[in-house]
Amino acid sequence: MQAFLDSLIRGWGHDPQTWVWTQLIYVAFMGLFSFAVINFAAVTAGIFSWAERRVAGRMQSRVGPNRAGPGGFYQWIADAVKLLTKEDLVPTEADQFLFRIAPYFMMVGFACVFVALPFSHRLVIAEMNVGVFYIIAVTALIVVGIIMSGWSSNSKWSLFGAIRSAAQIISYEIPAGMALMIPVLLSGTLSTQGIIRAQGPWPWEWYIFHDPASFAAFFIYFISALAEGNRTPFDLPEAESELVSGYNTEYSGMRFSYFFLVEWGNMWVMSALATTMFLGGWQVPFLPVTDAADKIAMLSGGWTVLAELASIAIFTFKTLFFVFIVMWLRWTLPRIRVDQMMNMCWKYLVPVSFAAVLFVAGWMLVIHAVPALDWIMRIVLTAGGAITLVMFWLRTLQNIKDTGDKFDFTSNW
Amino acid sequence: MPFHFANVLLFTVTAIGFVFLSLFGGKFLRPNNPTPNKSLIYECGEKPIGQAWYNFNPRFYLIALVFVIFEVEIAFMYPVASVYKSFIDHGQGLLAFAEIFLFVAILAVGLAYVWAMGDLEWVKGLKQDVMKAHQAQQSAAIMAKKAA
Repeated sequence: MQAFLDSLIRGWGHDPQTWVWTQLIYVAFMGLFSFAVINFAAVTAGIFSWAERRVAGRMQSRVGPNRAGPGGFYQWIADAVKLLTKEDLVPTEADQFLFRIAPYFMMVGFACVFVALPFSHRLVIAEMNVGVFYIIAVTALIVVGIIMSGWSSNSKWSLFGAIRSAAQIISYEIPAGMALMIPVLLSGTLSTQGIIRAQGPWPWEWYIFHDPASFAAFFIYFISALAEGNRTPFDLPEAESELVSGYNTEYSGMRFSYFFLVEWGNMWVMSALATTMFLGGWQVPFLPVTDAADKIAMLSGGWTVLAELASIAIFTFKTLFFVFIVMWLRWTLPRIRVDQMMNMCWKYLVPVSFAAVLFVAGWMLVIHAVPALDWIMRIVLTAGGAITLVMFWLRTLQNIKDTGDKFDFTSNW
Repeated sequence: MPFHFANVLLFTVTAIGFVFLSLFGGKFLRPNNPTPNKSLIYECGEKPIGQAWYNFNPRFYLIALVFVIFEVEIAFMYPVASVYKSFIDHGQGLLAFAEIFLFVAILAVGLAYVWAMGDLEWVKGLKQDVMKAHQAQQSAAIMAKKAA
Protein backbone atom coordinates (compact mmCIF):
# COMPACT_ATOMS: atom_id res chain seq x y z
CA MET A 1 0.00 0.00 0.00
CA GLN A 2 2.88 2.36 0.69
CA ALA A 3 4.12 1.95 -2.88
CA PHE A 4 0.62 2.71 -4.18
CA LEU A 5 0.36 5.90 -2.11
CA ASP A 6 3.87 6.95 -3.16
CA SER A 7 2.93 6.57 -6.81
CA LEU A 8 -0.24 8.56 -6.14
CA ILE A 9 1.79 11.39 -4.62
CA ARG A 10 4.23 11.26 -7.51
CA GLY A 11 1.25 11.51 -9.85
CA TRP A 12 0.36 14.81 -8.18
CA GLY A 13 3.87 16.05 -9.00
CA HIS A 14 5.50 15.80 -5.57
CA ASP A 15 8.35 13.71 -4.24
CA PRO A 16 7.05 11.53 -1.37
CA GLN A 17 10.47 11.61 0.31
CA THR A 18 10.55 15.37 0.74
CA TRP A 19 6.95 16.58 0.46
CA VAL A 20 5.74 17.95 3.84
CA TRP A 21 2.21 16.54 3.52
CA THR A 22 3.30 12.94 2.78
CA GLN A 23 2.64 11.71 6.31
CA LEU A 24 -0.78 13.35 6.37
CA ILE A 25 -1.73 11.74 3.05
CA TYR A 26 -0.60 8.38 4.44
CA VAL A 27 -2.74 8.77 7.56
CA ALA A 28 -5.78 10.01 5.63
CA PHE A 29 -5.71 7.22 3.06
CA MET A 30 -4.80 4.44 5.46
CA GLY A 31 -7.55 5.61 7.82
CA LEU A 32 -9.96 5.31 4.91
CA PHE A 33 -8.64 1.86 4.03
CA SER A 34 -8.79 0.66 7.63
CA PHE A 35 -12.41 1.78 7.83
CA ALA A 36 -13.17 -0.02 4.56
CA VAL A 37 -11.43 -3.22 5.68
CA ILE A 38 -13.15 -3.29 9.08
CA ASN A 39 -16.49 -2.79 7.37
CA PHE A 40 -15.60 -5.57 4.93
CA ALA A 41 -14.87 -7.83 7.92
CA ALA A 42 -18.14 -6.90 9.61
CA VAL A 43 -20.18 -7.40 6.43
CA THR A 44 -18.57 -10.78 5.65
CA ALA A 45 -19.28 -11.86 9.23
CA GLY A 46 -22.93 -10.84 8.71
CA ILE A 47 -23.18 -12.66 5.39
CA PHE A 48 -21.58 -15.76 6.92
CA SER A 49 -24.21 -15.71 9.67
CA TRP A 50 -26.88 -15.90 6.96
CA ALA A 51 -24.95 -18.46 4.89
CA GLU A 52 -24.39 -20.63 7.92
CA ARG A 53 -28.11 -20.81 8.66
CA ARG A 54 -28.87 -21.62 5.03
CA VAL A 55 -26.20 -24.33 4.94
CA ALA A 56 -27.48 -25.72 8.25
CA GLY A 57 -31.00 -25.78 6.86
CA ARG A 58 -29.91 -27.57 3.71
CA MET A 59 -27.94 -30.15 5.71
CA GLN A 60 -30.84 -30.86 8.04
CA SER A 61 -33.41 -31.08 5.21
CA ARG A 62 -35.20 -27.88 6.16
CA VAL A 63 -35.36 -24.48 4.54
CA GLY A 64 -33.65 -22.00 6.85
CA PRO A 65 -34.30 -18.25 6.80
CA ASN A 66 -35.86 -17.42 3.41
CA ARG A 67 -38.30 -14.56 4.07
CA ALA A 68 -36.22 -11.35 3.98
CA GLY A 69 -35.10 -10.75 0.41
CA PRO A 70 -34.09 -13.31 -2.21
CA GLY A 71 -33.24 -16.56 -0.43
CA GLY A 72 -33.43 -14.69 2.86
CA PHE A 73 -30.26 -12.81 1.99
CA TYR A 74 -31.25 -9.64 3.87
CA GLN A 75 -31.70 -11.62 7.08
CA TRP A 76 -28.32 -10.50 8.40
CA ILE A 77 -29.24 -6.83 7.88
CA ALA A 78 -32.53 -7.39 9.71
CA ASP A 79 -30.58 -9.05 12.53
CA ALA A 80 -28.15 -6.14 12.72
CA VAL A 81 -31.01 -3.62 12.93
CA LYS A 82 -32.69 -5.70 15.60
CA LEU A 83 -29.51 -5.90 17.67
CA LEU A 84 -28.97 -2.15 17.29
CA THR A 85 -32.43 -1.36 18.67
CA LYS A 86 -32.31 -3.82 21.57
CA GLU A 87 -31.99 -2.59 25.12
CA ASP A 88 -28.41 -2.70 26.37
CA LEU A 89 -28.46 -4.34 29.78
CA VAL A 90 -25.51 -4.16 32.16
CA PRO A 91 -26.06 -6.10 35.39
CA THR A 92 -25.80 -3.90 38.47
CA GLU A 93 -23.62 -6.51 40.20
CA ALA A 94 -21.14 -6.68 37.32
CA ASP A 95 -17.81 -4.88 37.12
CA GLN A 96 -19.12 -2.01 35.02
CA PHE A 97 -15.86 -0.81 33.51
CA LEU A 98 -14.46 -4.21 32.46
CA PHE A 99 -17.89 -5.30 31.25
CA ARG A 100 -18.07 -2.32 28.93
CA ILE A 101 -14.56 -2.49 27.49
CA ALA A 102 -14.41 -6.27 26.81
CA PRO A 103 -15.95 -6.00 23.29
CA TYR A 104 -13.30 -3.44 22.35
CA PHE A 105 -10.55 -5.98 23.02
CA MET A 106 -12.32 -8.59 20.93
CA MET A 107 -12.78 -6.19 18.04
CA VAL A 108 -9.21 -4.81 18.14
CA GLY A 109 -7.72 -8.31 18.22
CA PHE A 110 -9.86 -9.25 15.25
CA ALA A 111 -9.39 -6.09 13.17
CA CYS A 112 -5.61 -5.92 13.59
CA VAL A 113 -5.19 -9.29 11.87
CA PHE A 114 -6.27 -7.69 8.60
CA VAL A 115 -3.20 -5.43 8.54
CA ALA A 116 -1.01 -8.36 7.50
CA LEU A 117 -3.62 -10.59 5.85
CA PRO A 118 -3.41 -10.42 2.04
CA PHE A 119 -6.39 -10.22 -0.32
CA SER A 120 -4.57 -10.39 -3.65
CA HIS A 121 -1.27 -9.82 -5.41
CA ARG A 122 -1.19 -6.10 -4.56
CA LEU A 123 -4.10 -5.75 -2.18
CA VAL A 124 -2.54 -6.01 1.27
CA ILE A 125 -2.61 -3.24 3.86
CA ALA A 126 1.04 -3.60 4.92
CA GLU A 127 3.48 -6.21 3.69
CA MET A 128 5.03 -6.73 7.12
CA ASN A 129 8.28 -8.61 7.41
CA VAL A 130 6.98 -10.23 10.61
CA GLY A 131 3.50 -10.96 9.19
CA VAL A 132 2.78 -14.47 10.49
CA PHE A 133 4.27 -13.80 13.90
CA TYR A 134 2.26 -10.59 14.15
CA ILE A 135 -0.99 -12.39 13.27
CA ILE A 136 -0.39 -15.03 15.96
CA ALA A 137 0.40 -12.25 18.44
CA VAL A 138 -2.65 -10.04 17.87
CA THR A 139 -5.17 -12.89 17.81
CA ALA A 140 -4.16 -13.50 21.44
CA LEU A 141 -5.96 -10.25 22.31
CA ILE A 142 -9.26 -12.07 21.77
CA VAL A 143 -8.49 -14.29 24.77
CA VAL A 144 -8.07 -11.16 26.90
CA GLY A 145 -11.50 -9.98 25.76
CA ILE A 146 -13.07 -13.34 26.57
CA ILE A 147 -11.54 -13.55 30.06
CA MET A 148 -12.51 -9.93 30.72
CA SER A 149 -16.13 -10.44 29.67
CA GLY A 150 -16.47 -13.66 31.63
CA TRP A 151 -14.89 -12.37 34.82
CA SER A 152 -16.59 -8.99 34.85
CA SER A 153 -20.09 -10.43 34.34
CA ASN A 154 -20.10 -11.78 37.91
CA SER A 155 -22.15 -14.71 36.66
CA LYS A 156 -21.12 -18.29 37.34
CA TRP A 157 -21.93 -19.33 33.80
CA SER A 158 -19.83 -16.56 32.33
CA LEU A 159 -16.87 -17.35 34.57
CA PHE A 160 -16.91 -21.07 33.75
CA GLY A 161 -17.33 -20.35 30.06
CA ALA A 162 -14.52 -17.80 30.04
CA ILE A 163 -11.88 -19.86 31.82
CA ARG A 164 -12.79 -22.91 29.80
CA SER A 165 -12.57 -20.91 26.60
CA ALA A 166 -9.25 -19.37 27.62
CA ALA A 167 -7.80 -22.79 28.48
CA GLN A 168 -8.95 -24.10 25.11
CA ILE A 169 -7.66 -21.18 23.05
CA ILE A 170 -4.24 -21.01 24.68
CA SER A 171 -3.80 -24.79 24.48
CA TYR A 172 -4.54 -24.88 20.77
CA GLU A 173 -2.29 -21.90 20.14
CA ILE A 174 0.73 -24.23 20.57
CA PRO A 175 -0.06 -26.69 17.73
CA ALA A 176 -1.32 -23.83 15.55
CA GLY A 177 1.91 -21.89 16.09
CA MET A 178 4.07 -24.94 15.39
CA ALA A 179 2.07 -25.84 12.27
CA LEU A 180 2.38 -22.31 10.88
CA MET A 181 6.12 -22.53 11.48
CA ILE A 182 6.44 -25.09 8.68
CA PRO A 183 5.65 -22.71 5.78
CA VAL A 184 8.05 -20.26 7.46
CA LEU A 185 10.79 -22.92 7.49
CA LEU A 186 10.13 -23.80 3.85
CA SER A 187 9.96 -20.25 2.51
CA GLY A 188 12.50 -18.61 4.78
CA THR A 189 10.37 -15.54 5.41
CA LEU A 190 7.72 -14.43 7.92
CA SER A 191 5.94 -12.10 5.49
CA THR A 192 2.55 -13.46 4.38
CA GLN A 193 3.05 -12.15 0.84
CA GLY A 194 6.57 -13.60 0.79
CA ILE A 195 5.23 -17.04 1.73
CA ILE A 196 2.71 -16.89 -1.13
CA ARG A 197 5.44 -15.77 -3.53
CA ALA A 198 7.54 -18.75 -2.44
CA GLN A 199 4.71 -21.07 -3.51
CA GLY A 200 3.28 -21.42 -7.00
CA PRO A 201 -0.12 -21.47 -8.70
CA TRP A 202 -0.31 -25.25 -9.20
CA PRO A 203 -1.20 -27.74 -6.43
CA TRP A 204 2.19 -29.47 -6.53
CA GLU A 205 3.84 -26.14 -5.79
CA TRP A 206 1.72 -25.56 -2.67
CA TYR A 207 3.15 -26.23 0.75
CA ILE A 208 0.34 -28.61 1.67
CA PHE A 209 1.74 -31.11 -0.86
CA HIS A 210 5.40 -30.37 -0.17
CA ASP A 211 6.04 -33.34 2.09
CA PRO A 212 4.07 -35.62 4.45
CA ALA A 213 4.82 -33.45 7.49
CA SER A 214 3.54 -30.25 5.89
CA PHE A 215 0.45 -32.18 4.75
CA ALA A 216 -0.11 -33.14 8.40
CA ALA A 217 0.66 -29.58 9.49
CA PHE A 218 -2.16 -28.22 7.34
CA PHE A 219 -4.67 -30.41 9.17
CA ILE A 220 -3.12 -29.62 12.55
CA TYR A 221 -3.49 -25.93 11.77
CA PHE A 222 -7.05 -26.36 10.57
CA ILE A 223 -8.14 -28.30 13.68
CA SER A 224 -6.38 -25.83 15.98
CA ALA A 225 -7.95 -22.88 14.18
CA LEU A 226 -11.39 -24.43 14.63
CA ALA A 227 -10.67 -24.74 18.35
CA GLU A 228 -9.29 -21.20 18.58
CA GLY A 229 -12.36 -19.81 16.85
CA ASN A 230 -14.64 -21.70 19.26
CA ARG A 231 -16.26 -23.50 16.35
CA THR A 232 -17.99 -26.87 16.58
CA PRO A 233 -16.78 -29.55 17.44
CA PHE A 234 -14.82 -27.34 19.85
CA ASP A 235 -17.59 -24.94 20.91
CA LEU A 236 -17.38 -26.00 24.55
CA PRO A 237 -17.30 -22.42 25.87
CA GLU A 238 -20.80 -21.93 24.49
CA ALA A 239 -22.09 -25.38 25.35
CA GLU A 240 -25.71 -24.29 25.68
CA SER A 241 -26.85 -27.38 27.51
CA GLU A 242 -24.38 -26.92 30.35
CA LEU A 243 -23.14 -23.32 30.36
CA VAL A 244 -26.19 -21.38 29.08
CA SER A 245 -24.14 -19.28 26.65
CA GLY A 246 -20.65 -19.18 28.12
CA TYR A 247 -18.74 -15.94 28.53
CA ASN A 248 -21.37 -13.77 26.82
CA THR A 249 -24.33 -14.86 28.98
CA GLU A 250 -24.87 -11.40 30.50
CA TYR A 251 -24.41 -9.44 27.28
CA SER A 252 -27.30 -8.17 25.19
CA GLY A 253 -27.99 -6.05 22.15
CA MET A 254 -25.15 -4.47 20.19
CA ARG A 255 -22.54 -5.25 22.83
CA PHE A 256 -23.40 -8.93 22.49
CA SER A 257 -23.24 -8.85 18.72
CA TYR A 258 -19.50 -8.05 18.72
CA PHE A 259 -18.68 -11.45 20.23
CA PHE A 260 -20.48 -13.13 17.37
CA LEU A 261 -19.18 -10.73 14.77
CA VAL A 262 -15.69 -11.78 15.83
CA GLU A 263 -16.61 -15.45 15.82
CA TRP A 264 -18.01 -15.38 12.29
CA GLY A 265 -15.38 -13.00 11.03
CA ASN A 266 -12.77 -15.39 12.35
CA MET A 267 -13.92 -17.96 9.81
CA TRP A 268 -12.61 -15.67 7.10
CA VAL A 269 -9.36 -15.05 9.00
CA MET A 270 -8.59 -18.72 9.63
CA SER A 271 -9.51 -19.77 6.09
CA ALA A 272 -7.53 -16.93 4.53
CA LEU A 273 -4.53 -17.81 6.68
CA ALA A 274 -4.77 -21.48 5.69
CA THR A 275 -4.96 -20.42 2.04
CA THR A 276 -1.98 -18.12 2.44
CA MET A 277 0.27 -20.52 4.30
CA PHE A 278 -0.49 -23.86 2.67
CA LEU A 279 -2.55 -23.42 -0.50
CA GLY A 280 -0.67 -20.98 -2.67
CA GLY A 281 -2.76 -17.90 -1.79
CA TRP A 282 -3.60 -15.71 -4.76
CA GLN A 283 -1.17 -17.22 -7.28
CA VAL A 284 -2.72 -17.15 -10.76
CA PRO A 285 -2.04 -20.12 -13.09
CA PHE A 286 0.46 -19.30 -15.90
CA LEU A 287 1.38 -16.05 -14.10
CA PRO A 288 3.59 -17.23 -11.22
CA VAL A 289 4.92 -14.48 -8.98
CA THR A 290 8.21 -15.19 -7.24
CA ASP A 291 10.70 -12.97 -5.46
CA ALA A 292 12.89 -13.08 -8.58
CA ALA A 293 10.30 -12.49 -11.30
CA ASP A 294 6.84 -10.93 -10.99
CA LYS A 295 4.89 -12.05 -14.08
CA ILE A 296 1.79 -10.03 -13.09
CA ALA A 297 3.74 -6.78 -12.83
CA MET A 298 5.33 -7.50 -16.21
CA LEU A 299 1.94 -7.44 -17.95
CA SER A 300 0.77 -4.19 -19.46
CA GLY A 301 -2.41 -2.11 -19.50
CA GLY A 302 -5.74 -3.88 -19.08
CA TRP A 303 -4.08 -7.27 -18.63
CA THR A 304 -2.62 -6.13 -15.30
CA VAL A 305 -6.07 -5.25 -14.02
CA LEU A 306 -7.45 -8.56 -15.29
CA ALA A 307 -4.66 -10.55 -13.62
CA GLU A 308 -5.19 -8.60 -10.41
CA LEU A 309 -8.91 -9.38 -10.46
CA ALA A 310 -8.13 -13.03 -11.18
CA SER A 311 -5.84 -13.15 -8.16
CA ILE A 312 -8.57 -11.65 -5.95
CA ALA A 313 -11.07 -14.20 -7.32
CA ILE A 314 -8.72 -17.13 -6.73
CA PHE A 315 -7.91 -16.08 -3.19
CA THR A 316 -11.58 -15.47 -2.35
CA PHE A 317 -12.63 -18.77 -3.88
CA LYS A 318 -10.12 -20.79 -1.88
CA THR A 319 -11.02 -18.92 1.31
CA LEU A 320 -14.77 -19.32 0.86
CA PHE A 321 -14.27 -23.00 0.12
CA PHE A 322 -12.71 -23.43 3.57
CA VAL A 323 -15.39 -21.27 5.18
CA PHE A 324 -17.88 -23.73 3.71
CA ILE A 325 -15.89 -26.68 5.10
CA VAL A 326 -15.99 -25.06 8.55
CA MET A 327 -19.78 -24.75 8.33
CA TRP A 328 -20.03 -28.28 7.00
CA LEU A 329 -18.05 -29.59 9.99
CA ARG A 330 -20.27 -27.66 12.37
CA TRP A 331 -23.39 -29.42 11.15
CA THR A 332 -21.76 -32.83 10.89
CA LEU A 333 -19.76 -33.40 14.06
CA PRO A 334 -21.10 -33.46 17.62
CA ARG A 335 -19.41 -31.42 20.33
CA ILE A 336 -16.54 -33.24 22.03
CA ARG A 337 -16.05 -33.53 25.76
CA VAL A 338 -13.72 -31.14 27.58
CA ASP A 339 -11.21 -33.82 28.65
CA GLN A 340 -11.17 -35.26 25.11
CA MET A 341 -10.52 -31.77 23.80
CA MET A 342 -7.54 -31.26 26.12
CA ASN A 343 -6.18 -34.76 25.40
CA MET A 344 -6.41 -34.18 21.68
CA CYS A 345 -4.39 -30.99 21.96
CA TRP A 346 -1.66 -31.95 24.41
CA LYS A 347 -1.27 -35.66 23.71
CA TYR A 348 -1.75 -35.76 19.95
CA LEU A 349 -1.48 -32.40 18.20
CA VAL A 350 1.45 -30.94 20.21
CA PRO A 351 3.79 -33.97 19.87
CA VAL A 352 2.83 -34.45 16.21
CA SER A 353 3.45 -30.79 15.42
CA PHE A 354 6.88 -30.96 17.11
CA ALA A 355 7.73 -34.04 15.05
CA ALA A 356 6.42 -32.34 11.90
CA VAL A 357 8.70 -29.31 12.39
CA LEU A 358 11.73 -31.57 12.89
CA PHE A 359 10.75 -33.71 9.90
CA VAL A 360 10.46 -30.68 7.62
CA ALA A 361 13.80 -29.30 8.84
CA GLY A 362 15.40 -32.68 8.08
CA TRP A 363 13.60 -33.04 4.76
CA MET A 364 14.91 -29.64 3.65
CA LEU A 365 18.44 -30.93 4.23
CA VAL A 366 17.66 -34.05 2.21
CA ILE A 367 16.19 -32.21 -0.78
CA HIS A 368 19.05 -29.73 -0.67
CA ALA A 369 21.37 -32.70 -1.23
CA VAL A 370 19.08 -34.56 -3.71
CA PRO A 371 16.78 -32.02 -5.44
CA ALA A 372 15.02 -34.72 -7.50
CA LEU A 373 13.41 -36.14 -4.35
CA ASP A 374 11.59 -32.85 -3.84
CA TRP A 375 9.66 -33.16 -7.10
CA ILE A 376 9.00 -36.88 -6.68
CA MET A 377 7.49 -36.27 -3.23
CA ARG A 378 5.38 -33.31 -4.41
CA ILE A 379 3.97 -35.20 -7.38
CA VAL A 380 3.26 -38.34 -5.34
CA LEU A 381 1.41 -36.33 -2.68
CA THR A 382 -0.53 -34.26 -5.23
CA ALA A 383 -1.56 -37.41 -7.08
CA GLY A 384 -2.63 -38.94 -3.77
CA GLY A 385 -4.69 -35.85 -2.97
CA ALA A 386 -6.29 -35.83 -6.41
CA ILE A 387 -7.19 -39.53 -6.19
CA THR A 388 -8.75 -38.96 -2.74
CA LEU A 389 -10.84 -36.09 -4.10
CA VAL A 390 -12.05 -38.12 -7.08
CA MET A 391 -12.95 -41.08 -4.87
CA PHE A 392 -14.81 -38.76 -2.51
CA TRP A 393 -16.71 -37.24 -5.42
CA LEU A 394 -17.68 -40.65 -6.81
CA ARG A 395 -18.78 -41.81 -3.36
CA THR A 396 -20.97 -38.71 -2.96
CA LEU A 397 -22.55 -39.24 -6.38
CA GLN A 398 -23.20 -42.86 -5.48
CA ASN A 399 -24.84 -41.83 -2.20
CA ILE A 400 -27.06 -39.30 -3.96
CA LYS A 401 -28.02 -41.95 -6.54
CA ASP A 402 -28.84 -44.47 -3.83
CA THR A 403 -30.93 -42.24 -1.57
CA GLY A 404 -32.09 -39.54 -3.97
CA ASP A 405 -31.71 -35.78 -3.53
CA LYS A 406 -35.10 -34.56 -2.40
CA PHE A 407 -34.33 -30.87 -2.04
CA ASP A 408 -36.67 -28.63 -3.99
CA PHE A 409 -34.65 -25.75 -5.43
CA THR A 410 -37.47 -24.33 -7.55
CA SER A 411 -39.93 -23.14 -4.91
CA ASN A 412 -39.55 -21.95 -1.34
CA TRP A 413 -35.84 -21.27 -1.86
CA MET B 1 8.83 -0.06 8.45
CA PRO B 2 7.19 2.73 10.53
CA PHE B 3 4.48 2.77 7.86
CA HIS B 4 3.54 -0.85 8.65
CA PHE B 5 3.25 -0.34 12.37
CA ALA B 6 1.47 2.98 11.96
CA ASN B 7 -1.19 0.90 10.19
CA VAL B 8 -1.57 -1.29 13.26
CA LEU B 9 -2.18 1.83 15.33
CA LEU B 10 -4.68 3.10 12.77
CA PHE B 11 -6.55 -0.21 12.72
CA THR B 12 -6.68 -0.24 16.52
CA VAL B 13 -8.08 3.29 16.58
CA THR B 14 -10.58 2.53 13.80
CA ALA B 15 -11.75 -0.69 15.49
CA ILE B 16 -12.26 1.13 18.79
CA GLY B 17 -14.06 3.93 16.97
CA PHE B 18 -16.22 1.41 15.10
CA VAL B 19 -17.41 -0.22 18.34
CA PHE B 20 -17.75 3.08 20.17
CA LEU B 21 -19.75 4.82 17.44
CA SER B 22 -22.16 1.93 16.95
CA LEU B 23 -22.76 1.70 20.70
CA PHE B 24 -23.06 5.47 21.07
CA GLY B 25 -25.26 5.81 17.99
CA GLY B 26 -27.40 2.92 19.16
CA LYS B 27 -28.09 4.84 22.34
CA PHE B 28 -30.52 7.05 20.44
CA LEU B 29 -32.28 4.08 18.85
CA ARG B 30 -32.68 1.64 21.69
CA PRO B 31 -35.04 1.76 24.68
CA ASN B 32 -33.60 2.17 28.12
CA ASN B 33 -35.80 1.26 31.05
CA PRO B 34 -33.88 -0.91 33.46
CA THR B 35 -35.75 -2.57 36.30
CA PRO B 36 -34.15 -4.26 39.34
CA ASN B 37 -35.17 -7.68 38.04
CA LYS B 38 -33.75 -7.03 34.59
CA SER B 39 -30.40 -5.98 36.04
CA LEU B 40 -30.01 -9.20 38.02
CA ILE B 41 -27.34 -11.71 37.13
CA TYR B 42 -28.76 -14.69 35.25
CA GLU B 43 -28.83 -17.86 37.30
CA CYS B 44 -31.52 -20.04 35.73
CA GLY B 45 -34.35 -17.79 36.86
CA GLU B 46 -33.47 -17.94 40.56
CA LYS B 47 -32.12 -15.02 42.57
CA PRO B 48 -28.32 -15.38 42.29
CA ILE B 49 -26.65 -16.82 45.38
CA GLY B 50 -23.47 -14.96 46.29
CA GLN B 51 -20.81 -13.59 43.99
CA ALA B 52 -19.21 -15.42 41.08
CA TRP B 53 -15.76 -14.09 41.95
CA TYR B 54 -14.37 -17.07 43.78
CA ASN B 55 -11.51 -19.53 43.34
CA PHE B 56 -11.56 -21.67 40.25
CA ASN B 57 -10.09 -25.05 39.55
CA PRO B 58 -6.24 -25.11 39.73
CA ARG B 59 -5.97 -27.26 36.60
CA PHE B 60 -6.56 -24.13 34.53
CA TYR B 61 -3.51 -22.67 36.26
CA LEU B 62 -1.43 -25.73 35.31
CA ILE B 63 -2.55 -25.49 31.67
CA ALA B 64 -1.65 -21.79 31.64
CA LEU B 65 1.79 -22.54 33.09
CA VAL B 66 2.54 -25.23 30.51
CA PHE B 67 1.21 -22.91 27.79
CA VAL B 68 3.59 -20.10 28.79
CA ILE B 69 6.60 -22.43 28.45
CA PHE B 70 5.64 -23.67 25.00
CA GLU B 71 4.52 -20.26 23.76
CA VAL B 72 7.90 -18.82 24.71
CA GLU B 73 9.45 -21.72 22.83
CA ILE B 74 7.42 -20.81 19.75
CA ALA B 75 8.44 -17.19 20.09
CA PHE B 76 12.09 -18.28 20.10
CA MET B 77 11.64 -20.75 17.27
CA TYR B 78 10.12 -18.34 14.73
CA PRO B 79 13.25 -16.24 14.14
CA VAL B 80 15.29 -19.43 13.74
CA ALA B 81 12.72 -20.92 11.38
CA SER B 82 12.80 -17.81 9.20
CA VAL B 83 16.58 -17.97 8.70
CA TYR B 84 16.87 -21.77 8.47
CA LYS B 85 16.62 -21.72 4.69
CA SER B 86 19.49 -19.26 4.29
CA PHE B 87 21.57 -21.43 6.63
CA ILE B 88 21.02 -24.37 4.27
CA ASP B 89 21.88 -22.22 1.25
CA HIS B 90 25.15 -21.26 2.91
CA GLY B 91 26.00 -24.91 3.60
CA GLN B 92 25.42 -24.64 7.37
CA GLY B 93 22.21 -26.69 7.27
CA LEU B 94 23.39 -29.54 9.47
CA LEU B 95 24.50 -27.16 12.22
CA ALA B 96 21.15 -25.32 12.20
CA PHE B 97 19.27 -28.61 12.17
CA ALA B 98 21.25 -29.88 15.16
CA GLU B 99 20.47 -26.70 17.07
CA ILE B 100 16.74 -26.85 16.27
CA PHE B 101 16.73 -30.54 17.17
CA LEU B 102 18.42 -29.90 20.51
CA PHE B 103 16.03 -27.07 21.37
CA VAL B 104 12.93 -29.08 20.48
CA ALA B 105 14.30 -32.17 22.24
CA ILE B 106 14.75 -30.28 25.52
CA LEU B 107 11.15 -29.09 25.29
CA ALA B 108 9.95 -32.55 24.32
CA VAL B 109 11.55 -33.84 27.53
CA GLY B 110 9.59 -31.15 29.35
CA LEU B 111 6.37 -32.29 27.68
CA ALA B 112 7.16 -35.91 28.52
CA TYR B 113 7.74 -34.94 32.16
CA VAL B 114 4.46 -33.03 32.38
CA TRP B 115 2.70 -35.94 30.72
CA ALA B 116 4.25 -38.55 33.03
CA MET B 117 3.38 -36.49 36.11
CA GLY B 118 -0.26 -36.59 35.03
CA ASP B 119 -0.60 -32.81 34.65
CA LEU B 120 -2.12 -33.21 31.20
CA GLU B 121 -4.94 -35.34 32.61
CA TRP B 122 -8.10 -33.29 32.72
CA VAL B 123 -9.87 -35.65 35.12
CA LYS B 124 -7.67 -35.67 38.18
CA GLY B 125 -7.39 -37.02 41.67
CA LEU B 126 -10.40 -38.99 42.58
CA LYS B 127 -10.45 -41.28 39.57
CA GLN B 128 -6.76 -42.12 39.87
CA ASP B 129 -7.14 -42.73 43.60
CA VAL B 130 -10.06 -45.03 42.93
CA MET B 131 -8.06 -46.94 40.32
CA LYS B 132 -5.07 -47.27 42.66
CA ALA B 133 -7.31 -48.50 45.45
CA HIS B 134 -8.90 -50.95 43.02
CA GLN B 135 -5.48 -52.28 41.97
CA ALA B 136 -4.38 -52.64 45.60
CA GLN B 137 -7.57 -54.52 46.35
CA GLN B 138 -7.04 -56.88 43.43
CA SER B 139 -3.42 -57.62 44.29
CA ALA B 140 -4.45 -58.24 47.91
CA ALA B 141 -7.08 -60.69 46.68
CA ILE B 142 -4.48 -62.50 44.55
CA MET B 143 -2.09 -62.67 47.53
CA ALA B 144 -4.90 -64.04 49.69
CA LYS B 145 -5.67 -66.69 47.06
CA LYS B 146 -2.00 -67.69 46.86
CA ALA B 147 -1.78 -67.92 50.63
CA ALA B 148 -4.85 -70.12 50.67
